Amino acid sequence: MNHNKVIQVEGLTKMFGDFTAVNAITFDIEKGEIFGFLGANGAGKTTAMKMLIGISNPTSGKANVAGFNVFTNAEDIKKNIGYMSQKFALYDDLTVKENITFFGGIYGLSIKRIKEKSEILIQELGLEKVANTLVGSLPLGWKQKLSFSVSLIHDPKIVFLDEPTGGVDPITRRQFWEMIYKAANQGTTVFVTTHYMDEAEYCDRVSIMVNGKIEALDTPKKLKEKFKAANMNDVFLKLARG
Amino acid sequence: MKIILYIIQKEFKQIFRNKGMLPIIFVLPLLQLVILSNAATFEVKNIKFGYIDNDHTSTSRTLVEKFNASTYFDVLTDFPSEGLASSSMLNGEVDVVLEIPQYFERDLQKEKYNSLGITINAIDGAAAGVENVYVTQIVQNFNQNLKVDLLQVSDKQIQPITIETIPLFWYNETLNYKTFMVPGILVLLVTMITLFLSGMNIVREKEIGTLEQINVTPIKKSQFIIGKLFPFWVIGIGLLTIGLIIAKLIFDVPMVGSLVLMYFYTSIYILVILGIGLFISNFTDTQQQAMFIAWFFTVIFILMSGLFTPIESMPEWAQILTEFNPIKYFVEVMRMVMLKGSSFIDVLPQIIKTFLFAFIMNGLAVWSYKKTT
Repeated sequence: MNHNKVIQVEGLTKMFGDFTAVNAITFDIEKGEIFGFLGANGAGKTTAMKMLIGISNPTSGKANVAGFNVFTNAEDIKKNIGYMSQKFALYDDLTVKENITFFGGIYGLSIKRIKEKSEILIQELGLEKVANTLVGSLPLGWKQKLSFSVSLIHDPKIVFLDEPTGGVDPITRRQFWEMIYKAANQGTTVFVTTHYMDEAEYCDRVSIMVNGKIEALDTPKKLKEKFKAANMNDVFLKLARG
Repeated sequence: MKIILYIIQKEFKQIFRNKGMLPIIFVLPLLQLVILSNAATFEVKNIKFGYIDNDHTSTSRTLVEKFNASTYFDVLTDFPSEGLASSSMLNGEVDVVLEIPQYFERDLQKEKYNSLGITINAIDGAAAGVENVYVTQIVQNFNQNLKVDLLQVSDKQIQPITIETIPLFWYNETLNYKTFMVPGILVLLVTMITLFLSGMNIVREKEIGTLEQINVTPIKKSQFIIGKLFPFWVIGIGLLTIGLIIAKLIFDVPMVGSLVLMYFYTSIYILVILGIGLFISNFTDTQQQAMFIAWFFTVIFILMSGLFTPIESMPEWAQILTEFNPIKYFVEVMRMVMLKGSSFIDVLPQIIKTFLFAFIMNGLAVWSYKKTT
């Protein structure tokens, strides 16, 4: 096994009854890579991601995440990954600090480490003034950035982001991508789904899913050349329309 | 262990921050205890009583006066005819009608025998039964007095020996209904609150999406479940405490038995209920569904618990079903320990069965909670 490959997927399939949500997808992702996982609504992105993070059992195929098999060692995978769902999943009725403490706590961080982490995190996000405010009353952009930081609290090898910038203003989106780059530079692999094609351009490599299958996988530059398109938006339209 | 503490801490913060839920948890059950214990009584009082006096003699008036003197009957009307009496009963204006036949007094003196007509509204069968007993008692009493009046001196020897029973009501001498109901209602509120709260809690996290976030962490199932349920266990014990204080202060219910035993049993019992709650929340997707299912089971459990109706009078198949009803055991234990002072050994069968339920329900709950679907 190549140790630089943090995610190795081969023929991974998920069926719901007769319906094939994810149809034998195959790809590898290298350490520190920003991997864009694109596709129309209902193409099977979220289902595929849920298999990789160990909360959905695959029907067939092979997948290794952070060196562990998704079939047999899902709980080991969970120690090594972070996840941010498309639905905001921190506790609205806890404060910023309390959310950080709680998630740090259940990842098994020491009290000292949690304290250090929350200080750094709150400072980096500029949330000092609202550290003791209930998260529910924060603007969406702040919540999303907090949510991303919390998903990195245990220094995971890979972080999975499911449409992290949905509904967020352009300035916050830019800041968000700066955070993603920073994490990638520190060696964290980033697996991200998005509907914004300008964001797809920021990725090292991009895959495009159509009806449960990966129809294209390459760097944004090569994909544009291959499909003779001016930008990723055109690439996506050509593929997704079929 | 540390991980569990983080969850417990979070749960308590959320519970006490939820300003809508707090009164529901602590105030409503206590209102329930105070109101239900006073209202849910099987004592039949203020019976609306009417009569048709076709005799109009001193004897018939004495009989009516007996009813008038009774605290159970409100003597309403002297109906001139049977027709008026029955239409009045149809309208619900009268529950019991006594018909005194013509020549009642004359026949009694001549024949030493006579009969009276009693009509009872039996829409509520239980109440009708009780009313019948009251009527019989009053007529018997009237009979006794009459016998003495009618007896000739020479009849003394042939006076029948009457046997009188003097009942002693043990464990609740005055047959105070509240003494009987309060421990039962206390059971009810501990059960309902802990079941609903635990049943809805995990479903709520499913609804808002945080459960998925928990499921991608390496937390162990047992850690999560213990951390989740422990706060509700504490709340259940807290409710019992407040309930017992109210029972003592407001209703002056005797507490003959050991408080330690009561708490010991309750702590096992709450585990059963939390297990059921968790089991429900594993099979539902919304709080609404969870609420419906929890409600469905609570109603069945309560009606079949012996809280309101004695289990002995249920059909045999229903009696067998009650063996699987945890509330039944809780009601039994509370009444036995509070009123009778039963010891650990006396309630050991209930303890064992409850423990078994706790083991099974929590086993099922942990088994059915899946981090990976």
